[in-house]
Amino acid sequence: MSNLHEPFQTLARQRNAAEFGIWIFLASELVFFGGLFTCYSVYRLLYPQGFLAAGAETNLIIGTANTAILLTSSATMAVAVWAGRAGLRRHVLWGLCLTAMLGVGFMVLKAVEYAEDIRKGLVPGAGFAMSERGAEIFFSFYWIMTAIHAVHLTIGVGAVSLAAWRLWRGALDWRGTAFLHVVGLYWHLIDLIWIFLFPLLYLLGRGG
Amino acid sequence: MTDAARPGTPDRGYSLPPSYLNAGTTLKSWLLTTDHKRIGLLYLASITVFFMIGGIAAAVMRTELMTPAGDLVSADTYNRLFTLHGVIMVWFFLIPAVPTTLGNFVLPLAIGARDVAFPRLNLFSWYLNIAGGSLALSALLLGGVDTGWTFYTPYSTLYSNSYVTLAAAGVFVAGFSSIATGLNFIVTVHTQRTEGMGWMRLPLFVWSIYATSIILVLATPALAIVLAMIVGERVFDLGLFDPRRGGDPILFQHIFWFYSHPAVYIMILPGMGVVTEVLTCFSRRKVFGYEAMVFAILGIAIFGFFVWGHHMFVSGQSTFASLIFSLLSFVIAVPSAIKVFNWSATLYGGHITFEASMLYALGFVGLFTMGGLTGLFLASIPIDVHVTDTYFIVAHFHYIMVGGMVSAFFAGLHFWWPKITGRMYSEGFARAAALLMFVGFNVTFFPQFILGFMGMPRRYWSYPPEFQILNLMSSFGAMILTLAYALPMIYFALSLWRGRMAGDNPWRATGLEWATASPPPRENFVQRPVVDRAPYDYHPAHGEPTEREDDPDREKRDDRPEDPA
Repeated sequence: MSNLHEPFQTLARQRNAAEFGIWIFLASELVFFGGLFTCYSVYRLLYPQGFLAAGAETNLIIGTANTAILLTSSATMAVAVWAGRAGLRRHVLWGLCLTAMLGVGFMVLKAVEYAEDIRKGLVPGAGFAMSERGAEIFFSFYWIMTAIHAVHLTIGVGAVSLAAWRLWRGALDWRGTAFLHVVGLYWHLIDLIWIFLFPLLYLLGRGG
Repeated sequence: MTDAARPGTPDRGYSLPPSYLNAGTTLKSWLLTTDHKRIGLLYLASITVFFMIGGIAAAVMRTELMTPAGDLVSADTYNRLFTLHGVIMVWFFLIPAVPTTLGNFVLPLAIGARDVAFPRLNLFSWYLNIAGGSLALSALLLGGVDTGWTFYTPYSTLYSNSYVTLAAAGVFVAGFSSIATGLNFIVTVHTQRTEGMGWMRLPLFVWSIYATSIILVLATPALAIVLAMIVGERVFDLGLFDPRRGGDPILFQHIFWFYSHPAVYIMILPGMGVVTEVLTCFSRRKVFGYEAMVFAILGIAIFGFFVWGHHMFVSGQSTFASLIFSLLSFVIAVPSAIKVFNWSATLYGGHITFEASMLYALGFVGLFTMGGLTGLFLASIPIDVHVTDTYFIVAHFHYIMVGGMVSAFFAGLHFWWPKITGRMYSEGFARAAALLMFVGFNVTFFPQFILGFMGMPRRYWSYPPEFQILNLMSSFGAMILTLAYALPMIYFALSLWRGRMAGDNPWRATGLEWATASPPPRENFVQRPVVDRAPYDYHPAHGEPTEREDDPDREKRDDRPEDPA
């Protein structure tokens, strides 16, 4: 029973506590992003035209590709979690590695997109390229939201890679514990947030 | 340690494992500990330092205000002083104080647990708190911040030329510490209760920490996001709160108070929990209306989220919004009043004794009632408009936060000190300090109600001469208060050095934390306790709790092996 830690006396209770803990954390994260979404909505109501014009300036192709990548990573993460439940070590390892690789792929594409945004002068401040009132605020939100999402994704890639490394070394408590489930839920939060960011930032202003 | 080395401890017929204080004595064993009791003491140390820094700033301000002219410090220095005082006291003392010190120490003991659910996360929270505190302090010492503790935009984002970014980053980091602590307590209460400890048998202190944790987890992230926006605005020139570029400065206040009003209940709810434990113990009466108390705690926690707009009656929000927020602010007085009525009913007919912690707790009830009633003034829009940003506001929130929460913190510290250290303090000194604090507090802050009603604005370093008498009274009260805060440091230190041994249960209280040794062993209980009755099983007629006579575990406890190790 080396998987059992203080102060728990049964593995089942420890698993419940870990799963409950991550759900509370996710609730807390939703309030965090909820604050951002609320502010975004307020400004969207104040400046509908500026937001439409600015929304048409984001890179739809990269955004769509990234959505596809992230949703795929969600599937590979789910594979890892379910394989863990069935006790299939090799499948867990593959699932985690693929997830981490897709996460890195997302960030590489995002970096390309950021470079393009900077070149086009879409950074708020003195040299901002657009003149519609509200467009600058749209891009403020674009940068804050995608940056915070990227921070979460970086933590996620780090956690998944570390888990894969420790599993490979045989140093991970994955049998019977909630570890994989907790990492999985965190990863799905990253997808979930992106599912909201994608229409807000990329699809807005493209309806014709 | 043998029983012989612990005079005052009843003869158990077996020897105890070493107490948590003796389980490793190196600095490393403290700084890397995962023991909730030691982490509680780490917090106690760091919070005391923050309290002293914030207190010194207050003392300088009160000295400046003794004369109408701004002759001691410049206006700019004065702005930085009240910001230092507010930032440190609110974010690094009042909000974390009770949950992280008494909560950490007592909560697992009170539910019969060995530790909190995530001990390493608990230690990590302390380091986050220290990191946030250091960031904020460095900002305040490098040159200070002049925005006030609320960081209102657009002043904080566009005009202030002080270290707002660093201070906001410090508060942001401390916020994560709060969230981690809250999460830990919620999971602990759900998963670590001992056998027989049902939800309706939880001590009300545990309920209040539980409700506080829900607020911590669900409100703090809103503060985090708005602080991140301030930092983004200052560092990257985003323009979110810049009216010239279409930004809305009022939006900041909405999100800020969505956190910061519930934050008042983060401060006061744990205080209410502490006071309930103390009042029931020293009146030897079962808490009146236990269920009503539980629902009042949860009601305060929930309604706390819907009243933030009463901070914004003069901000330019719509009249309709102000009316709604006014109504909701009156509603939240109902559960608070239920608690005051139930405390009074608990005392009624009780066998009351006036130990120091009881004096602090009684002081809490009076000062909290005073603060709460003036809160009703402020929920009424016309009165609020009249006294907005005057000393009336200053007096009101000091009655709640300092008169209320700090009194409760001291009540709890005195109540659980024998459990924490295993030693008693000088009861005479402690009673004197409690009375001095009550008197000093009222002399300091009551004149401020009058000053505010007469129209003296807050945050000014000089004032017209006709306000001087009341200001002098207030400053004089602050000196008494300083003395009252210094006294406990002396007699607590003396108690550590040569206090008499406390024994397991010096107050003859009924909580589970009193069923183990003082100070408790590393694992809290040699054998996990089993709960078979409702909490607060006090009987005033005998002046004795019945626990000792018919405790069903007594047999079991007595035939434990000689050496459990």
